[in-house]
Amino acid sequence: MSAAAGTIAGPRVTLRDPAARTRATALVVALAVLWPLLWLAEFKPWHLFDSGNLQVMASFLAGFLPPATAPEFLALLWKATLETLAIATAGIALAFVIAVPLAVVATRALSVSRIGPGPGRGVGAAVRTATRGLLTVLRAIPEVVWALVFVRALGLGPGAGVLALAVTYGGMLGKVYTEILESGDTRSARALLEAGSPRLGALFYALVPSTAQELASYTVYRWECAVRASVVMGFVGAGGLGQLMDQSMKMLNGGEASSILLTFLGLVIVADAMSALIRRVLS
Amino acid sequence: MTGLFLEGAGLVHPNGQRALRNVSLSVDSGERVGVIGPSGAGKTTLVRLLGTSLRPSEGQLFIGDTDPWHAGAGALRQLRARIGVIHQSPPIPPRLRVVTAVLAGRLGAWPAWKALASLVVPDDAAGAREALERLDLGDRVFDRCDRLSGGQLQRVGIARVLYQRPSFILADEPVSALDPALADLSVGALVAESEGRGATLLASLHAVDLALKWFPRLIGMKAGEIVFDRPTAAVTTAMLHDLYATEGRALPQQGLDVLPDERPANVVLLKRPGCQ
Repeated sequence: MSAAAGTIAGPRVTLRDPAARTRATALVVALAVLWPLLWLAEFKPWHLFDSGNLQVMASFLAGFLPPATAPEFLALLWKATLETLAIATAGIALAFVIAVPLAVVATRALSVSRIGPGPGRGVGAAVRTATRGLLTVLRAIPEVVWALVFVRALGLGPGAGVLALAVTYGGMLGKVYTEILESGDTRSARALLEAGSPRLGALFYALVPSTAQELASYTVYRWECAVRASVVMGFVGAGGLGQLMDQSMKMLNGGEASSILLTFLGLVIVADAMSALIRRVLS
Repeated sequence: MTGLFLEGAGLVHPNGQRALRNVSLSVDSGERVGVIGPSGAGKTTLVRLLGTSLRPSEGQLFIGDTDPWHAGAGALRQLRARIGVIHQSPPIPPRLRVVTAVLAGRLGAWPAWKALASLVVPDDAAGAREALERLDLGDRVFDRCDRLSGGQLQRVGIARVLYQRPSFILADEPVSALDPALADLSVGALVAESEGRGATLLASLHAVDLALKWFPRLIGMKAGEIVFDRPTAAVTTAMLHDLYATEGRALPQQGLDVLPDERPANVVLLKRPGCQ
């Protein structure tokens, strides 16, 4: 057989994806790592469906019905809800105050000395690394541990919860703000810095306008998390719905517990609506 | 007085790719220079080098008698406030309003409280409008930048630098997204700004006819090197064809009919498209 005359017999690019092998390897590695982790975590979902276990869970859940609606309990619930909202809001506000300056310092896109690089680059890099380290320490210790510490200092009540939230959430907000600020188009900030603008100018005229929605929605999401976290901290005496929940559970009063859970559901829905509203205003 | 000065300057990117080689040029304070050359010639890198955005790998650099990379952080910031760079794709967040984007030009000169207050109530809307009007964009002061076309946004970037009132205006293909008439108007506005305040102007342009029309001195670049640097009147069409390697084909033009004859032209014709 002879090749058709006139055709160019150059090498063709084979259509085998050069990235395919890497991806397949990554998938196998991920499974190989995940399987022992599931085993370590005693992940055995089929036990859920053993007949005995189903019955135990069903009777446990049945204890939650109907939700408690006694007027004196609802009055308590109302007061505890307000307290929880106050803890979460004050905690997030303080966390914001801690997070913003740390995020501004840690954001590489706001560094003047990185351009070039210019004078002070060594100091700048060291300060950024130290700040990231501080943010890590703040958020590495769970808020409930901070709450235990502060309850000892301030006594039982919401004050300890607020401080605990401020510290841990300050670390989380600072880290994520830094990442959000760097995830957008950082050319605009760099252009301003190259025209002699100070950091704050580049922050508010370049980075914030391009990331405002993400910053706001993450902050509201963290507020929602703070509402939930205040339950756990309530268990250690830091006030709010958590403390009420703790009492109801100890008295095996499922109806009260389910009323409290319904309140939580309501708060999360409110947070969701707030987030959507803020995003719409900012878009 | 020296405006911009480079001696034996070169730049190698961190990935090992060389962008500039042995570039020497001296631009007097208040002088106007056009930089032309095919894409990839190093025009953008040259602008970034002069704008203290990149540090030369070798050679000397002075901006207004200051060596930026041996000055302190404060002196470098003050120098940068006097340099206005117009980027080919304007570095402006889409959600910013036009007025804010233009006023951002003076952030280097404003105290922090003024910068923050101006986000709430624009500090100098009249000044921003004046800069925009010179680019035929005065009616878009309070629009958001994502409502603008690419050409309008490019003019907002130019207006920001006009409002900044820098001593050194460095432009990197500032009118690449504009139609011929607006490109001509915008380059004219930059030239008028330079003439009016004695600001040094260096602009890289992809349209040869615009460069010939507006700049008394032209620098031709190719493969990271300067191939010619001479008064515009001494630039021949043959040199331009050589620069762009366009033997017998058309040179990149905006549509203005100002190309010189084969011999060195002493007078460059100034004609606008559609005018006789």
